[in-house]
Amino acid sequence: MALHTLAVLVENSPGVLARVASLFSRRGYNIDSLAVGPTEDPKISRMTIVLNLEGHALDQVSAQLFKLINVIGIQEMKPSESYERELLLVKVGSNGAALDEVAKRYGAKVVEKSENSVVVELVAESDVISALLSDLKPFGVKELVQSGAIALEKGVKTLTDRVRDEQGLSNPEEGNIGESSTADYQN
Amino acid sequence: METEGFFVDGPGIFRAELERTRRERQARELSEKVTGAQSLVNSLEHAGVDVMFGIPGGAILPAYDPIFDSKIRHILVRHEQGAGHAATGYAQATGRVGVCIATSGPGATNLVTPLADAQMDSVPIVAITGQVPGPAIGTDAFQEADIRGITMPITKHNYLITDPDQIPAAISEAFHIASTGRPGPVLVDIAKDALQKMTTFTWPKQRVLAGYRLQLDPEASAINDAARLIAESKKPVFYVGGGVIKANASKELFRLAELVGAPVVTTLMARGAFPDSHPLHLGMPGMHGTVAAVTALQKADLLITLGARFDDRVTGKLSTFAVNAKVIHADIDPAEIGKNRFADVALIGDLKRTMVALVPALEREFAKSRPDLASWWKQMGGLRSTYPLGYDHPAEGLSPQYVIERIGAISGPDSIYCAGVGQHQMWASQFIKYEKPRTWLNSGGLGTMGYAVPAAMGAKVGAPDTPVWAIDGDGCFQMTNQELVTCAINKIPIKVAVINNESLGMVRQWQTLFYASRYSNTDLHSKRIPDFVKLADAMGCVGLRCESRDDVDATINKAMEINDAPVVIDFSVHRDAMVWPMVAAGTSNDDIMIARELAPDWGSQEL
Repeated sequence: MALHTLAVLVENSPGVLARVASLFSRRGYNIDSLAVGPTEDPKISRMTIVLNLEGHALDQVSAQLFKLINVIGIQEMKPSESYERELLLVKVGSNGAALDEVAKRYGAKVVEKSENSVVVELVAESDVISALLSDLKPFGVKELVQSGAIALEKGVKTLTDRVRDEQGLSNPEEGNIGESSTADYQN
Repeated sequence: METEGFFVDGPGIFRAELERTRRERQARELSEKVTGAQSLVNSLEHAGVDVMFGIPGGAILPAYDPIFDSKIRHILVRHEQGAGHAATGYAQATGRVGVCIATSGPGATNLVTPLADAQMDSVPIVAITGQVPGPAIGTDAFQEADIRGITMPITKHNYLITDPDQIPAAISEAFHIASTGRPGPVLVDIAKDALQKMTTFTWPKQRVLAGYRLQLDPEASAINDAARLIAESKKPVFYVGGGVIKANASKELFRLAELVGAPVVTTLMARGAFPDSHPLHLGMPGMHGTVAAVTALQKADLLITLGARFDDRVTGKLSTFAVNAKVIHADIDPAEIGKNRFADVALIGDLKRTMVALVPALEREFAKSRPDLASWWKQMGGLRSTYPLGYDHPAEGLSPQYVIERIGAISGPDSIYCAGVGQHQMWASQFIKYEKPRTWLNSGGLGTMGYAVPAAMGAKVGAPDTPVWAIDGDGCFQMTNQELVTCAINKIPIKVAVINNESLGMVRQWQTLFYASRYSNTDLHSKRIPDFVKLADAMGCVGLRCESRDDVDATINKAMEINDAPVVIDFSVHRDAMVWPMVAAGTSNDDIMIARELAPDWGSQEL
């Protein structure tokens, strides 16, 4: 199965991450990676979820996610139509020109250099990060930390725009409820 | 009370004054500072709540002070689980939102079972819980439980409110979310200090729920596709689920079914959505469904699925379920489409609108060609008449099926019947004839023993002029019978038929069939202890006992005559009766048994 990436816009409210995590846990969906952060709108956060699912199972995850009241919009980030990046910070045990050469080849940054350790930083696509890691192995990887993937659609269109157009995000869900709405919910 | 003095000036002035104070109160609500608790009660009133079931306690106590003055009827239950199921029973019987209220910690956790129950059966209820004061949250304070976290997977949505200004919006949203789309339970947890602090009450004019969007009308192209499939099919079946009742769409179903003329099956949650007396009805499908209903689904070439969810109790072993059928799946919840079974045509939307839209599309198709269902009906009609539901009278003792059948016959199709979970539940779904929606209430998805008595209480509160029966087992009854005290004190005269086989009957049936009759821990001894008649009497109810077939009608009639107190009848039935037909768990519907080691004789039936 191939990995698939979902971009999910959620309300920036307490408990949203727990709701998403709880959904994945109780329905038995495995997450490959999950990254959450703010967006250009302070009321909205964006999750990037990488899943090892496809076809029907992926549709089902999207449908279940969209059922959560705090989930505003979902879109699959297809590799050909989006930029996907991960961040790697890795502490390597040895120093020297060979290491610098490897870092340079990957466009990685050496952010700290001391006698017995070097910290290397790389922002790249997942497979590039894996390749760097395997090339760093001979130098002795002491510790590494990696973020989940984040993804952005190519071109002028944004996910927020899309959600706004398709789902009327900028408009409140309903108009005026009215004053005499005592029996509003009770048939 | 400010208004007390007005009585001396005569009724006319009293009315005028009342009107003035009412208007003043409204103006005050809008402008003046009130407590968060008052704001909560105002919000509940604005949401149209007329009754709620609950128990006070420390954290929710501030709310109970304005509840004392509110026009909302508060029914003090004996256990929070009773409050939750009562809210469900009320909602199931009336179609309105049921409301329950409890304090923090154990009060809230006692609502967990009814919330999970309402979630599984898509029942619109709102639960209000008190929470420890905001600054104490997370400190393991006295009676603290993270009820929002606990109920996340078993509610449609939930809230934790720590700011009193957010109370009206949360309540408004909670009722909207609970009652619209696929209904479900919503919990609003409110910190005690948010109830105590001052705020201004303003009922929100707008709701901002950016992520809550409903698709009410199915796509026109899908309607046409569905109509074409129906017109082309030779063995169509209406697979009707509880969604039809939720959508108040029984009339539309009736119209549609008569137009197509196909067999109709109603699931456990849909009993009453289509009249049992109708010639198109084949009964209930599933683990204990009729041979005709199970086989119709199994051999169909088209399932017209309306508000049903391909539950394992209906499909049996999924990979062998209705293997030759195409599927039209109509549901308001997009996540149900394709969850268990691929849908050839998805009709996402409100069922009433969906069925209304299907009629003209079908009429157009039928003008071109009409399906000939004669040979399909010959097969299904044959199965229905060859394998009707039935039971034997034991040589000694009383048949539980007979008791339940007589209750249905005597009390009639206008009464409401609630069941617990187990054998008596299945018999109540099989042997009571349902003609109308919202007359059959049970815990289908979660299978909650103890549901019947509190749910019947809630149903009776919602439908006070309707006879309400709880058909309960002796096991179930001992889980929640304390609510009979609530019924007696609050004049809620429900009728409880305890089908007493002194066993956890369904478990015992499985032990008989699958565990070599080794009856591990299913003997309840409830013909000895407790004495249900004395127990009923002690709880302010009328207790009756019935042990012989000759007394059944007279006992039921006696119970029908009592309308000023709850009635409990201890029907002492024989314990070896079993629920048939049966599709054993995990097996194929093709392996349905009509009695022990007895499969239907498929004979020359070419299905």
